[in-house]
This record gives sequence, C-alpha cells and structure tokens, in this order.
Amino acid sequence: MFDPIFADPQTLALGALTGFIFGFLLQKSGVTRFNVILGQFLLKDFTVIKVMGTAIVVGAIGIYGMRAMGIDFPMHIKNATLLGNAIGGLIFGVGMAVLGYCPGTAVAAAGDGSRHAIFGILGGIAGAGLYAEAHPWVQQKILGVSNLEKATLATQMGLSPWWIIALLAVAAAVGFYMLERKTGTPPRAAH
Amino acid sequence: MSWYGLLLKPRWSPYVAGVGIGVLSWATFVFMGKALGTSTTFVQCAGALEGLVAREHVEGNAYLAKTVVGKPIIEWQFALVVMLFFGALTAKKLGGERFVEHVPKLWAWRFGSSRMLRYIAAFFGGVILIFGARMADGCTSGHAISGGLQLALSSWTFLIAMFASGLAAAFLLYGAEGRNHV
Repeated sequence: MFDPIFADPQTLALGALTGFIFGFLLQKSGVTRFNVILGQFLLKDFTVIKVMGTAIVVGAIGIYGMRAMGIDFPMHIKNATLLGNAIGGLIFGVGMAVLGYCPGTAVAAAGDGSRHAIFGILGGIAGAGLYAEAHPWVQQKILGVSNLEKATLATQMGLSPWWIIALLAVAAAVGFYMLERKTGTPPRAAH
Repeated sequence: MSWYGLLLKPRWSPYVAGVGIGVLSWATFVFMGKALGTSTTFVQCAGALEGLVAREHVEGNAYLAKTVVGKPIIEWQFALVVMLFFGALTAKKLGGERFVEHVPKLWAWRFGSSRMLRYIAAFFGGVILIFGARMADGCTSGHAISGGLQLALSSWTFLIAMFASGLAAAFLLYGAEGRNHV
C-alpha cells in the first residue's frame, strides 16, 4: 500500500471540481444544516426530500435519456445484497438522526461552519475501521443471504425504465405541489 | 437576476439545487465514468491511518486491502470529498452568512448546551453512520442519489430503510415536541 498514493492529476482535478460544485449546491440548498436534516426526519421541513427527489428525477431522465440516444457510458449499479442494503440503511438512519448529517453533508457542513460535524467525520473514519473488522461476519451472515446483483426496479418488474421514471416524476411533481401548497416556502433566513 | 447575484443569495430553492445535482451526475457518468459517492473515502482514510501503524493488519484485512492496497488512496472520490468542504465554505462566504455551530438549537433544547456531550454524540453518530453505509455498500450520495437515479434495487431498498429509521430515531430522540424547535 501507499504505492502509488495519488491518482493521476486529471482524475484528481475532475474529482475536485465535482466535489466543489456538489458542496456548493449542498450549502446553497440548506441541507448542510443540522436543523434542516432533523427537520426532515421530524416531518417539519421537507428540504431534504425536495433536493434529493429533484436530483433523482433529473438525473434519471438524463442518464437513461442519453443511453437511449446511443451515448455509451458505464452504469454504476450496486449489488442488491438486499438484507445488507436494508439493515445497513436502518443503521445509517440512526447515525444520521444522531449526527444530523449524512457522510457527504457532514464534510460540507464542516465547511459551512458546523464544528460538531468535525467530530462526526472522525467518528465516521472510526466506523469504517470498525466495519472492516466486522465485514467477514457480515458477508457470511448478511450479504450472502440474497444477492440479486445488478437488479433495478425496471428489471425486477419487467418494465421499461421509462415507466418507473414517469411514475417517479409524476409522484415528485404531485408531492412537491402539495407540499408547497400546504406549507408554502418556509422562511430560510440565515441563522 | 444575474448569475453573480444568484451566487450571492444565501439560499437557493431546493429544486434549483436538486436540478444542479442531477445535472452534475450526468457529467460524472458521461465525462468521468464515475458516480457521485462519498463513503468509500472514509474506508480509505481508515485504511491509510491503520496502515501507518499496522501495515500487515491492513494488508491482511480483505475489506481494507481491496480499497487501499495496490491502488491510489487519494483518487477521484477522495478529491471530491475534500472539496465538498471548500465548495460549502465558498457558498457560505458568497452568501454573506456568518454561521458557526457547536451545539445545534434542537439538541440544546433536548440534551443541554454542553459542547463536550454534543461532540461525543456526534462522534458516535458518525461511527454508526459509516458502519451502516459500508454494510449497505453506499450512503446518501452513492446509493440514494446515484443509485436512485439508476433505479437500482439495492439503492431504493437502502433509501426506504434509511428514511424509515431516521424518522423513527428522530422521534425517539426528540418527540413530536421537537418539531417546535427546528
């Protein structure tokens, strides 16, 4: 290990540019704030769902649309080790409610002025080390139970992905319309 | 409004930011052959730190080895995660915000204003968070956004589990009364 330490400069520059824009967007949207994330889980502030839902629908239309137009690029679908995805997700949700950030927003939140997020990041590194020790057991008892590999909602239901994308887009449009009508845009003054 | 004026606004519509993240992921897929993600970087950090003191242990641990042995530790995603900090910092400065938070308002209402208690809780929250992310093989970026937009079954399973448990944990921690404090 440590040989090499660095990827090539172009890869690093592209990653850095992506991270800068991503962090910029996260801060401007408000999701780098503890109160906004906990506000989502307490069903008071729906900013997180609005940002994520919009990103997913816009992303899906672009990715599936470009592939349909014949532009060739690899997909990055993670293995459906369903029990691991579910239990990991349940554990993750508890961590997110306690810390008040997810991994990416914790780092962005530290840049945004959250001092306690720094301790969350350090804890995250410890959590990664801890998981590495537990992985052989997890692999045997949890990840091996059901693995549907690169399954998507579309392949699983035997439908064209466009049906799913249309459904998501309509659900997002109707859901966001109803949220805005019910709550309006909450005041997001800097505090 | 001019583009520059937009950069100076402290808050953007969540839909505008969401469109931005969606379009950003088109660019990472097509031009970089990558999907937005962050939690692997925590494994790289853990592997590198452990490697400094116990190299054989890292090389003998299959999970760490597959992430840090024989390939660069500082790569695309690592650079991305580091720059999340500076992107958010720049966005805040341009928006003219002066925000520093040691103990969030909601936390202080429920658990008191001790910085030490909050830092310890944040640390263990982080431990749980990344442990879960690695078991699920992704986090809110790699699974929820990147996997969600690919319609991956793994990612939608994660997304539903994560929201259900975050909601339950938040209500257990703060109760319905907490809603008046966010």
